[in-house]
Amino acid sequence: MNFIGIVSFVSDMIIPIVVSVMIIFGMKKKISVYDTFLEGATDGLKITVKILPTLIGLMVAVGILRESGFLTFLSELLSPAANVVGFPKEAVPLSFMRLVSSSASTGLLLDIFKNYGPDSFIGRFVSVMMSCTETVFYTMSVYFLSVNVTKTRYTLAGALIANAVGLAGALVITIVTFGK
Amino acid sequence: MLNILWAAMILIGVVYALVTNRIDSVTSACINSSAEAVAVCIKMAGIVAFWSGIMRIGEKSGLVSALARRCYPVLKFLFPTLNPRSKAMEYISANFIANILGLGWAATPPGLLAMEELQKINPDKKSASREMCMFLIINMSSLQLITVNILAYRSQYNSANPSEIIGPGIAATLLSSIAAIVAAKVFERATFGKAVRE
Repeated sequence: MNFIGIVSFVSDMIIPIVVSVMIIFGMKKKISVYDTFLEGATDGLKITVKILPTLIGLMVAVGILRESGFLTFLSELLSPAANVVGFPKEAVPLSFMRLVSSSASTGLLLDIFKNYGPDSFIGRFVSVMMSCTETVFYTMSVYFLSVNVTKTRYTLAGALIANAVGLAGALVITIVTFGK
Repeated sequence: MLNILWAAMILIGVVYALVTNRIDSVTSACINSSAEAVAVCIKMAGIVAFWSGIMRIGEKSGLVSALARRCYPVLKFLFPTLNPRSKAMEYISANFIANILGLGWAATPPGLLAMEELQKINPDKKSASREMCMFLIINMSSLQLITVNILAYRSQYNSANPSEIIGPGIAATLLSSIAAIVAAKVFERATFGKAVRE
């Protein structure tokens, strides 16, 4: 088995192991596991219902921004500046979209793989970059709105700094590891 | 902040579509994206409910608190004002662990429960507390060590070595998480002052 096979085998094993361990341990402690499961699952469903309005509001806002062409416009605007600091301009729209929408950024990622190949410099860079950044706006909205907090203080600033460092780090690490 | 952000996203989109003569795209975005949101939620509902059920077994058996105790040395540094035996601490550790393992949907239930617990002890219910900011900034710095999706996409597009990005990816993830902790600590000190254990 090659390395990627081992990695995907291990990740396939995580869920079955965690689920089994939880149940075995619960039974050992004489817990009525199925009743407890149902209790938790009911709460889990409530969570999903609770975040649905947030999701609708946010995905429509992102959808409008994307369909209007504004995101493309903004990333084109940023491209020259990105080029000055040595940031590959092909990756600007993706880096940007990554913060907003995971489905849209996956689409852009696959575009890059298709056009440049996953083993090109840009392909490697976006692979590394995708693993150290997060959909900030979505996560923030869902978590804060679930408890009705509207004053988010420095959360956005902190998250953007972390993602910017991730982005810059991904670029430097890719250059150091694979060359340009 | 969220109100302004949300309003700005929609209004900027509408104005830009108007200027570029693509106003019909706004209408279709409203319809399609709201339907997409419901579809995502339905798709998520099953697995989130299932995982919340499994988590509840782990909570009752004490497995989750045992795990949280293991994490406490690290969490104590991140959340010095939070009671180590609190439910909030348990949920935060469960969320972080699920995130590190790359189980995004398994991370959401404990994450939302952690926010609920933190809100109970939040003195100002409308504003984010010290702990909430720290929790979310770290959460959004990407903790996931191995992104299996990316590996799959890479091999799907015939990469000669799809997994060559795992090492660099872990290094970059560590970097962004360290940046998150430093940024959150600096902002925290400026906003709330020095942390005092109650």
